[in-house]
Amino acid sequence: MRTKRIAGTAAVLSGALLLTACGGGGGGGAEAGADGGGTFSVYIGEPENPLIPGNTSETEGGQVVDALWTGLVEYDRETNEAVYTGVAESVESEDQKTWTITLKDGWTFHDGTPVTAQSYADTWNYVANSENAQGNSYFFANVEGYEDLQAEEGGSPAGTEMSGLEVVDDRTLRVTLTDPYAQYPTTLGYTAFFPMPQAFFDNPEGFGEQPIGNGPFKADEAFQEGQGVTLTRYEEFGGDEPAKAAGVEFRVYTEINTAYNDLQAGSLDVVDQIPPDAIASAEDQFGERFKTTPRGDITSLGFPTYDERFADPQVRRAISMAIDRQAITDAIFQGARTPAASFVSPVIDGHREDACDVCELNVEEANRLLDEAGFDKSEPVDLWFNAGAGHEEWMQAVGNQLRENLGVEYQLRGDLQFAEYLPKQDDKGMTGPFRSGWIMDYPVMENMLGPTYSTAALPPAGSNVTFYSNEEFDAKLQEGNGAESIDAAIQAYQEAEDLLVADMPAAPLFFGLVQYAHSENVSDVYVNSFGRVEVEDVVVGSE
Amino acid sequence: MGRYVLRRLLLTVPVLLGASLLIFAMVYALPGDPIRALGGDRPLSEAVQAQLRAEYNLDDPLLIQYLKYLAGLVQGDFGTDFSGRPVLDTILDRLPVTVRLALVAVGFEILIGILAGVLAGLRRGSFFDNLVLVSTTVVVSIPVFVLGFLAQYVFGVRLGWFPIAGITQGWYSYVLPGLVLAALSLAYVARLTRTSLAENLQSDYVRTARAKGLSETTVVGKHALRNSLIPVVTFIGADLGALLGGAIVTESVFNIPGLGRAVYDAVLRQEGAVVVGIVTLFVFFYIFFNLVVDVLYAALDPRIRYE
Repeated sequence: MRTKRIAGTAAVLSGALLLTACGGGGGGGAEAGADGGGTFSVYIGEPENPLIPGNTSETEGGQVVDALWTGLVEYDRETNEAVYTGVAESVESEDQKTWTITLKDGWTFHDGTPVTAQSYADTWNYVANSENAQGNSYFFANVEGYEDLQAEEGGSPAGTEMSGLEVVDDRTLRVTLTDPYAQYPTTLGYTAFFPMPQAFFDNPEGFGEQPIGNGPFKADEAFQEGQGVTLTRYEEFGGDEPAKAAGVEFRVYTEINTAYNDLQAGSLDVVDQIPPDAIASAEDQFGERFKTTPRGDITSLGFPTYDERFADPQVRRAISMAIDRQAITDAIFQGARTPAASFVSPVIDGHREDACDVCELNVEEANRLLDEAGFDKSEPVDLWFNAGAGHEEWMQAVGNQLRENLGVEYQLRGDLQFAEYLPKQDDKGMTGPFRSGWIMDYPVMENMLGPTYSTAALPPAGSNVTFYSNEEFDAKLQEGNGAESIDAAIQAYQEAEDLLVADMPAAPLFFGLVQYAHSENVSDVYVNSFGRVEVEDVVVGSE
Repeated sequence: MGRYVLRRLLLTVPVLLGASLLIFAMVYALPGDPIRALGGDRPLSEAVQAQLRAEYNLDDPLLIQYLKYLAGLVQGDFGTDFSGRPVLDTILDRLPVTVRLALVAVGFEILIGILAGVLAGLRRGSFFDNLVLVSTTVVVSIPVFVLGFLAQYVFGVRLGWFPIAGITQGWYSYVLPGLVLAALSLAYVARLTRTSLAENLQSDYVRTARAKGLSETTVVGKHALRNSLIPVVTFIGADLGALLGGAIVTESVFNIPGLGRAVYDAVLRQEGAVVVGIVTLFVFFYIFFNLVVDVLYAALDPRIRYE
C-alpha cells in the first residue's frame, strides 16, 4: 500500500494562525434526520483512481470504497483478528493450500443482485488480469494460475481465468494457492478482495464514479472529482448491523489546513489527520473529541546492503544504536509517532515490544561496534529520502544524532521526487541509509516481513529495496506460511524477525499513529489501524 | 477591423501548436518514471506497469508520442490521465469553476481597484490617497496563502460571514476567494489608475476642457478618465488571461476544484496529456484576451485604428 501524500504547500506557514484558533459554533455540518441518524461529513484527499476495489490501494479512495463495500472478513477493533461479520461464513482448509470459502446467505449488491461465489471469481480474475491494469493485481499472485493472466512484453495473457479459482456452487468458492499460507483468511478483508456485480462486467464505463458495492452505504450520485460524494445508508444491507447514520458525505480537500478550519467552524464533522502545527493545540480545543489510535505502519532507516560501506551487519546495528528514537518522536513529530523496537507494527498479533536489541540509544556500544568493523568515520554519510513528502525534518534529526553520537558527518539527499527516487532505489542507487516506509495491507506478521525483506520481493518485482537476501529468513517465512495453526505461524515469523534484528537490513524507527478529531454533531467516531474512519458506526446528533 | 481580428485568430493556430509541442517536450523531459511512481513504496506488478506504458505510449520517442496525441486530438480525443479519466471531462468539470473565480476576481479589481484609484488620483496627497498607497503596499507584500488563510480564519471561522471552503453555496462561495485572488492585482489597478489619472489631469486637453467651462464631472469622467483607463484596461485584460490560467494557491486554500490545481497535480504525476491539454487552453485564453484588449483600445481611443 502506498503512503499518503502530504501536501505541504502552505502547511508550515499557516501554523501561526491555527495556534490561536478556537472552535466556532454550529454551522453547515451534520444535519439530524428524522429517522434517527442524519448525514455527516468526512475529510478525504483526492482519490488517485476510479473507485474500483481492484484499483484502489491508497488511503483516500480506500476510505470511500470501504464505506461502499464489506469484505469477506472484517477485523476486530482490539485484536485485529479476522472476524466473520462479513460476507464469508467460514474460510477453511485442511492443508493451508486449498481453501474453501463459504458465503452467507442474504448479501446483495446495491442494485439488488445477490453476492455469489461467481461474483468473487469474476472480480478476482478481472483484477489479476494484467490487461486490465489494476493496481492491486499482485494480491492474487499466490493463487494458482495467476501467471497465465500476466501478459508477456507486448503480448496478451494466455488466459482469462485463474485455474486456482473454482466456483463449487452459488455460495462456495474454492481457492488453490501456489504455496501453503496459514493466514490466508486474514488477508481477505483487504480492499483488493471486494466483489463486483455483473453490472460492472457488462459496462465498466462510469462504474468507478458511481460504484455498486455490497456495503453499508450506497452511491445514489456520482463521485464529483475535486469535490466528493454523499452516500446514503443501504437498507437491504446483508450484515448484522446496518449503518447508524442515514448518510455520509466524503468531502475532498486539497489542503488539510483548510479542512481543519472547516472542522473548527463546525462545517465539517470528521478529520482523520491533524495539521502538524495544530497538534499541540488540538487536544485543548477538542478535548475528548481529539483522539489517537495506532496505525499499522512502520518507518525505518533502510541500508543499502549492496554498498560495501554498509555491507557489514555490525555497521548497521551500530547506526541503529546511535539513534535516539524517543527524542525524535517528541521533538519532530509531537507525539504523532511512537519509537519502534520491532519490525512488526504493534497492531498486529505477534508483535513484541522489544524484539530489537539495538533499537535503544547506546552511544558507547555503537562506537565500539563501528570501530571494530573498521568503519571510516571521516567520510560523510549520505541520507536519502524522497522530496516533498515531509521527510526532511526527521531525516535531518537522524543525521544530527549520527554526527553527535558517532562523530560522522552527514549529507541530506532529498531532492528527488518519487518518479525519480523509486527507480533509483530499485536500481541499487542509494549511496547511504534511506527512508523506508511500509503500511500493512492486512494485519498479518508476514505482511510486514515478506514484501520488504524476502528474496522473492527483490526489485523490480517487490519492495525489498535494501536488497537483503537470506535463505534462512526466507525459509522461516515459508515455515510460518505453512504452519498448521496461527500460533505456530507467529512463532516462525518471530524467529524470522530475530534474523532481521541480527542482520539489520533496516533500522526500525517509528510506528505511526492516527490523530483525528470530530465535531460535536457526531459521536462514536473511530479510526481503525488502516487509518480509515469506520463510518458505519458513527452516530449523528448528540444523545 | 473584422479582417484584423480574423488574421489574429488564425495566427493563434501555429502558436498553439508550437506551445503544445513545447509543453509536451517539457513533460517528456521530466526525469523519472511516472508509472513506477504510481505504486509508491509498493510497485505495481511488472505486467501491469508494462500495460500502462503501452496504453500511454510511454515507450515511444517524443515525436511519435506527440503525433499520436495530435492524431487523437483531431478526432476530438484529448487523451486520459493515468487513472483513465478523459482530460476533456476534467476540463469541462473544472473550467466553469475557474471562469467564475476569475470573473469574481476581475469584478473586484474593476470595482474596488478603479474606484480607489480614481478617488486617490483626484485628491492627491489627501488622507484617502495615503490610505490607498499604504494599504496597497501592505497587500502587495503579503504572500497569497497567508492572506488566504488569514481571510479564511477571520471571516470564515471567527465571524462566520463566508463559507470557509468549497463551492457548494453558489456564487457566494466565490466572494472570499475571489477577493483574495484579486488582492494583488487590485493593488496594481488602484495605483495604475491613480498615477495615470493624476498625470492626465495635468495635461493640456484637460486644461482646455476646463477652460471651455465644462462641468468637473464631464472633464474627469469623459475626458481624463477615458484616456487614463487605457493602461488599466491592458493590465486587467492580461490579468484576466492569467487568472483563467488557474490559481493554484488560492484554489488550494479555499478548496476550489479549478483548473490550476488540476494542472499542478498533473505536472507532479507527469501526466503529459493532461498538462498539455490544459496548458494549451491557458495559452489560448491568454492570446484571446490580449486580442480583446487590443480591440478595446480602438473603442477607448478613437485615434487607434486597425486595418
